[in-house]
Amino acid sequence: MYVLSAIVIMAALGLVLGLSLGIAAKYLKVESDPLVERVEELMPGSQCGQCGFPGCRPAAEALVSGAAPVTLCPPGGTALVEQLAKLLGIDVDLSDAQDQDPMVARVSEETCTGCTRCFKVCPTDAIVGAPKQIHAVVADACIGCKKCVEVCPTECLQMHPIEVTLRNWRWPKPLAA
Amino acid sequence: MNTKPISGPHIAAIRRVDQIMRQVILALVPATAFGVLLFGWPALYLLVVTVLSAMLFEAFCLKLKGVAATPSLRDGSAILTGLLVAMTLPPWAPWWIGVAGSAIAIVLGKQVYGGLGQNVFNPAMLARVALLISFPIEMTTWANVTPLFTGPGLIDSFALTFFGLDSTDAVTGATTLGLVKTGFSQNLTLPGILADYSSFLAMIGWERGSLGETSTLLVLGGGVWLLRKGVIQWHIPVSLLATVAVLSSLFHLWDGAHYLSPWVHLNSGALMLVAFFIATDYVTSPNTPLGQLIFGAGCGLLIFVIRSWGGYPEGTGFAVLLMNAVTPLIDHYIRPRIYGRYRNGKPLDISNP
Amino acid sequence: MLAFLENPRLRGGIHAEEHKQETCGQTIASDFPLPKKLYIPVQQHVGKPAEPVVKVGDKVLKGQLLAYSQGTISAPVHAPTSGKIIDVQDFPAPHPSALPVRTVIIETDGLEQWAPGNLPDDPFAMAPDQICTRVGEAGVVGLGGAVFPSAVKLSLGRKNQIHTLLINAGECEPYLTCDDRLMRERAGEIVSGIRLMLRGMEAPKAMVGIEDNKPEAYQVMLAACREFDNISVEQVPTRYPMGWDRQMLRYLTGQEIPADGRATDIGVVVHNVATAHAVYKAICLGQPLISRVVTVSGGAVGKPRNVEVPIGTLMSEVLAFCDLDKSKLARLIMGGPMMGDALPFAEVPVVKACNGILALSRDEIEEPEVQACIRCSSCVTACPVGLLPLEMASRIKANQLDSAVDLGLKDCISCGTCSYVCPSNIPLVHYFKFASGELVKRQQAEHKAEQTKRLMNDRNERMERIRLEAEAEAQRAAEARAARMAAQAAAQQQKVEESA
Repeated sequence: MYVLSAIVIMAALGLVLGLSLGIAAKYLKVESDPLVERVEELMPGSQCGQCGFPGCRPAAEALVSGAAPVTLCPPGGTALVEQLAKLLGIDVDLSDAQDQDPMVARVSEETCTGCTRCFKVCPTDAIVGAPKQIHAVVADACIGCKKCVEVCPTECLQMHPIEVTLRNWRWPKPLAA
Repeated sequence: MNTKPISGPHIAAIRRVDQIMRQVILALVPATAFGVLLFGWPALYLLVVTVLSAMLFEAFCLKLKGVAATPSLRDGSAILTGLLVAMTLPPWAPWWIGVAGSAIAIVLGKQVYGGLGQNVFNPAMLARVALLISFPIEMTTWANVTPLFTGPGLIDSFALTFFGLDSTDAVTGATTLGLVKTGFSQNLTLPGILADYSSFLAMIGWERGSLGETSTLLVLGGGVWLLRKGVIQWHIPVSLLATVAVLSSLFHLWDGAHYLSPWVHLNSGALMLVAFFIATDYVTSPNTPLGQLIFGAGCGLLIFVIRSWGGYPEGTGFAVLLMNAVTPLIDHYIRPRIYGRYRNGKPLDISNP
Repeated sequence: MLAFLENPRLRGGIHAEEHKQETCGQTIASDFPLPKKLYIPVQQHVGKPAEPVVKVGDKVLKGQLLAYSQGTISAPVHAPTSGKIIDVQDFPAPHPSALPVRTVIIETDGLEQWAPGNLPDDPFAMAPDQICTRVGEAGVVGLGGAVFPSAVKLSLGRKNQIHTLLINAGECEPYLTCDDRLMRERAGEIVSGIRLMLRGMEAPKAMVGIEDNKPEAYQVMLAACREFDNISVEQVPTRYPMGWDRQMLRYLTGQEIPADGRATDIGVVVHNVATAHAVYKAICLGQPLISRVVTVSGGAVGKPRNVEVPIGTLMSEVLAFCDLDKSKLARLIMGGPMMGDALPFAEVPVVKACNGILALSRDEIEEPEVQACIRCSSCVTACPVGLLPLEMASRIKANQLDSAVDLGLKDCISCGTCSYVCPSNIPLVHYFKFASGELVKRQQAEHKAEQTKRLMNDRNERMERIRLEAEAEAQRAAEARAARMAAQAAAQQQKVEESA
């Protein structure tokens, strides 16, 4: 008798809970598409391609579908990883995360021929100049995508770390115990 | 000179982890010594085995982790844990109870969480509860008071602890709390059960009980010394003891035949040890004064509930573990008010009083 | 009871070994020999750097303007003595990184010729806005260490209907005694400075808060203020960080400044006592801020004392004057031992912010190994702000900065009490400084990302426009050609018809 009532109760319980889960899945369904948009908003948006995807939008789609890790974007750094992990509900161990120093392009004046190829590819118009004149990089607008370095015929464009001054000096992280 | 930027402050208070551990151990020495005096050589053997095995387990775990063992061993936390485990064991328990206790405390209670400072539960209480559930006979066989040099000699004691050769039935009995629990199950009332109870002997600790728990006076003395040294804060001991005292007073006044008096409560079991040495464990208690008051009161309440209505005669271990589990919650909700802000984190209004 | 727990007059804090007796008994040394060269950085204050107005080779007089203030929050710098400008170049700043800063270098001529100035007939009859202007022109900044331009604070006070000027004479950092000595020796001048500040802000009363470990200074100030009913002198308990203006304010008035506000929001302005003295000098003597009293102390210093030195003097020279024993020197600090910065070398100039130069010996500093946190919550008890340093540090260690901000990271004042009491030697404050810098970095990166998106959009739009224009142009050309062809065809047709 006891066995019977136990079986009946458990079966009923399973039925009710399963049913409610089913109903919840149907009526409380989360639309997943806006997520891609929100992820894309977080991304740097420079379409630099360093992640291996053709742009920030495809990268965001890959992130949402789970095909790419949240650590895919080097320019976004740890800050982006933290935000993405929070948005997508992923646990990431950031203890050993280390941001790479941001780099900016710089024109070496001796070898620049003024060919204009670099400022044609610059996604943020960070390179100024005119044909047959030496070009210059506006460091504040440069996002370090290296596209100009790739097209420069004389290798006069090089990536350099941003110069540390009193104004942008920050305390380094203490060595871990 | 150093080229890496060094942040201030460039001076520091002279108080280190190993120093704190040493002070706590020192504060426990009188009560432990009294326990050895009270229960003879077997107690000493058990104590040594427990502390040594605690250190060995610590070294073993650190080796597994690939960390140098000496600096961590030197901070004294393993010795302290071993000592606390030993103090809560029946003094004539066999050696393997001590070793098992140390293993549970160090390996399961501390190192699996990541070592010092990471554990959720108090290692010593975890060991005590795990042993009590797993080995109820060994853990509730209480030796009679057999002061050093009056009981079994060095060799006999060695045999007793390590081979269990002695038939201990003749020299054991129940603790006060155990006596009360069995008495109630036989429909006796308190005045009858406690006919032989001596308030004075209970206070100085001349009674059956765990190795280092019997002497209320010495444990209290050690605790007060730690308070004065600033190693522990008053919040947890005071709120814990006050809660037990108030609750037991109320119930004792209401029904003196079935509820123990506050005096008996305060003087029996592990209450004093727990109040000053276990519940005040930094790692597993809340960070803020208010949180500590709540934690202490919670422990006190649970101890009283388990002692009065639970299945076990003593409830300190369970009470502490339960409150340990609540500690993260308390820490989450009870935070100090930040300067210039309300408790909810919003900035103060301009016209704050 | 609960209200008391919520609003204690004094919360947290520590009592460190004071080490003040080494220097507090001696008068301020004024016989410091004028250095051969002075190095005056153009940025010695919070805000925009000053812009130099002198060229290499110029002769300058004592007190002459070297660089003018740029923008509203900035301060000018002046020549500390007469001499010749020999360079304007980058020179290591007194900063833990010792990174270079633009610096005017003067070769002194030893003549100490003052630049001509005009002194007011009666300083206490000057118009309030005139006082503010003069204080600003004299380059006076907060001398307690925050170096916020004082004139800005005074004008802010006037705009905000101040009821109390709080003069912070806490000097709670161990070792430092420069404010103590200043009060003992120049109380009258300080009081004049306070009266001028009151006038400049049109505030009714002032209150001076002095820690009770300086009874002599208290008595002297009390005597100097006796004839002025609107200036009161109060003793406050000796408990670091009493000199945190908000702590002192809460202790003396019971009021707390809202976390998102300033002291002016509750009708108070706080100035350092040395700033009051600088204001006196600027107005009554017409002397800009070109020198300051510095405490030189520490175990490696043979003759610890307070010295009045010209701004721009190399610290190494000041230390040599006080008999530094280089073999004992373990750490060089600008400021106090709690909040001061360790400097990698002593060849950096004394700036307006420098209230102390400490050469600490090996046994004065603590450098034992960092151990695991045992959650003893000493830091929680010690924190004067009411934060949870242990929790914040563990989050930062795991790079979870947002979560640290939620715990109140932005309310941290970096006073160092948590690190001081930590039995495990965890560099808590260092974690918080790192995290704060990292947050600024992130904010800037975010800003840049926004800019980037805007620039990209602009570029894409431009490209699109160019493409459309080119297409339109091509179409127009095609149409024109078609029209021309049609016309030609028509003409030919006509010719054919005519010939026919």
